[in-house]
Amino acid sequence: MSEFLQQLLNGLSLGAIYALIALGYTMVYGVLRFINFAHSDVFMVGAFIGYYLGRLVPENTVWGGLVVLLVAMLGCAVLGMLIEKLAYRPLRGAATLNVLITAIGVSLLLEYSGQVFFGATPRTFPAVFPSVNFTFGSLVISSNQVVVIAVAAFLMVALEFIVHRTKIGTAMRAVSLNPKAAQLVGINNDVVISFTFGLGSALAAAGGILYALNYPSIDPLMGVMPGLKAFVAAVLGGIGNIPGAALGGLLLGTVETFVNGSQWSTYKDAIAFAILIIILLFRPAGLLGKSTVEKV
Amino acid sequence: MLIRHLSPRVWLALGAGVLAASLNAREAIRLGEFASLTGKEASYGQSVHQGAVLALEEANAGGGVLGRKLALITEDNQSKPGESATVVKKLISREKVVIVLGDLTSGRTLEAAPICQNARIPLLSPGATNVSVTTKGDYIFRLCFIDDFQGTVMAQFALEALKLRRVAVLSSVSSAQSVGLAKYFREKFTGGGGAVALEQKYGEGDKDFRAQLTAIKAAGVEGVFVPGYYAEAALICKQARELGLAVPLLGIDAWESPELIQIGGAAVEGSYFSTHYSAENQAPAVVAFNQRFRQRWGVDSNAISALGYDNVMLAIDAIRRAGTTDGPKLRDALAATTNFPGVTGRITFDAQRNPTKSAVVLTVKNGAYRFVQAVHP
Repeated sequence: MSEFLQQLLNGLSLGAIYALIALGYTMVYGVLRFINFAHSDVFMVGAFIGYYLGRLVPENTVWGGLVVLLVAMLGCAVLGMLIEKLAYRPLRGAATLNVLITAIGVSLLLEYSGQVFFGATPRTFPAVFPSVNFTFGSLVISSNQVVVIAVAAFLMVALEFIVHRTKIGTAMRAVSLNPKAAQLVGINNDVVISFTFGLGSALAAAGGILYALNYPSIDPLMGVMPGLKAFVAAVLGGIGNIPGAALGGLLLGTVETFVNGSQWSTYKDAIAFAILIIILLFRPAGLLGKSTVEKV
Repeated sequence: MLIRHLSPRVWLALGAGVLAASLNAREAIRLGEFASLTGKEASYGQSVHQGAVLALEEANAGGGVLGRKLALITEDNQSKPGESATVVKKLISREKVVIVLGDLTSGRTLEAAPICQNARIPLLSPGATNVSVTTKGDYIFRLCFIDDFQGTVMAQFALEALKLRRVAVLSSVSSAQSVGLAKYFREKFTGGGGAVALEQKYGEGDKDFRAQLTAIKAAGVEGVFVPGYYAEAALICKQARELGLAVPLLGIDAWESPELIQIGGAAVEGSYFSTHYSAENQAPAVVAFNQRFRQRWGVDSNAISALGYDNVMLAIDAIRRAGTTDGPKLRDALAATTNFPGVTGRITFDAQRNPTKSAVVLTVKNGAYRFVQAVHP
C-alpha cells in the first residue's frame, strides 16, 4: 500500500510538471490553432535563467527560490512575446503549415544557440529552495515534490482565474472563438496573442525551474523529452482545453511512473503511449475536448 | 598575352607543389581521435583527451616516431548516437589518419568499428568494455578489461567484502555496456549464492528514477547495482537517498567522473565502483605519471585520462614496431603487443585482441575517490 502511495506521489509530481508545460501548448493552440514547438525550449531557457540566478541568491531559502522562480517566469514571458513578434506575427494569416515549420525552426535555433551560449555539458542546478524529507511510516515525501505540486496547483488556479474572470482572459476566449469577430468588437488581437505567449512561456519557465529542482542536471536539450510528453498530454486532455491539459499531464506522469516501477520498465514509453493511443481511439478529441465538425 | 600574364603565378604554384611534395615525407604522422568532448558524457571525452595530449606531447618531445613528428586530429561526437560514424568516416577519408583512437564508451566504439574494419585502419578503444566490441573484426582492439570480468569483480566484492545476499539491479536499456554488465553481474552474483531480487530498467537521458527506486525499496534489498553512466548514476544516488533507500550503491567504471560527486553530493558518499586505475596507487610508474599529469593539467589523473594516455602510447609503440604507418602492418604490430608497460597495467593482447588486466574498487569518501582494493583476474 505504501509503495502504491509513494508511486502515486512520484507520478503526480512528475505529472504536475508535464501539466505546466502542456498548458502553454494548449493555450497557444486555443488562440492561434497551431502547435508552438519552441515551447519546450523556452522551458529549457527558464531552467538556465534559474541556474545563473540561483548562484546570486542565497541557497536554501524560500525567498531566494521565489525570486529565482519569478525572474525566470518574467524573463521567459519576454522571450515568448519576442518569439511571437519576430517569428510568428509576420506569418499571421499564412498557411498553418508555414507557421508550424517556423516553430520547429525556432525550436532548433534555441536548442543549438543554447549549446553555444551555455555549453553542451550538463550543469548542476543549485538547490534554491530548502530541501527536507518528511517521513510517514515508509512513505517519504521530499519538500521539492511538495513545492512542485503546490506551485503547479497554484499556477493552474491562477490561470483559470485569468482566463475566466479578467478582461484580458475574456478577450483571449473571444479571439479563440472567432478572431475576426473579436476584432470587430474592438479587441486588439496582437495584444491578446502576445499576452497568451507571455503567459504560456511564464508557465514553461516555472515548469523548467521545478523540473531542475527535482532533477538537478540541466543541459540545452533537456526540453526535448518533457516537451514531447507535455505535447502528448495536451492532446490527451483535449488540445485547446485548459483543464484538459492539466488532467492529461497528471495522467501521463502517473501512468509513466507506474509502468516504470513495474517489471515492464523496459517498455515504459511504449506502454504509456499505447494507453494514450487507446484513449484517443475512443475519445478522438481528447478526454475533455469537444469534437467539432469541420465546416467546409 | 594571357599566358605571359599568368605564367609567374603558375610557376609559383608549381614551385609550391614541388616543395610540398618533398616535405610530404617528413610530414607528421596523423593519429585520429574521436571522443565525447561535449554533451552528456563530456567529462569522459575531456579526460581521455587530456591523457592523449599529454602522451603526444611527451612523444614529440622525445623526437616522435620513425623520424617523424606526431599530430593528433580530434573530432567530437557530442555524446550523440550516430555522430561517431560520421566523424570517423571524416577522420579516415579526409584527414587520412593512420589509426583511430576512441571512444571511451562501448556503444559509440561499436558504431565506428565496421567503418575502421572496412577501411583497414586499426581502431584502438581506451575503454569500450562491452564483450562484443572486438568481435566486430580483426582491426578492432581495446585497452581495458571486458565486462564479464568487471561483472565478476563487482559480484565478488558485493558477496565477499560487503557480505550482501539480496540485491537489485537498475540498468539502462539503451547502453550496450549496461545491458551486458547487468547480465554478467546477475550470473556471478546468483552463482555465488546471492539473489537478485528484482531488475529495473531506465532509458538513456532519463532524469526520473523515483518509480524504479520505489519498487526497489519495497523489495527490501541490501544493495543496488547500477551499471550506468555518471550522469544518470548521480541522479539515481540522489533520488535513492531522498526516498530513504539507505543501502550501498554499487557502480562500474562509467561512474568515474568529477560530475558524479558534483551532481550527487552527499548522496554518492559510501558508494563503491570498479574501475581501471587509481591515482592513489603507489607504483612508481603511476606516481610519476600522476605528477606529470598534474603539472600539465593542474588536476589529478583518473582512470579515464590514464587510459587515454596509454592508448596513444600503445599506438605510437605499435607504429615504431611496425616501422610503417600502413594499416595491415600496423594491425599486425598491435596484435603482437606483449607486456607493453602502461600506467593502467601491462598489456598483452590475446587472440580476441583483449588485454588481461586487473581492476580496482574505489569508494567515495568526503567528496573524493578512495582506493579500496585491487582485483586480479
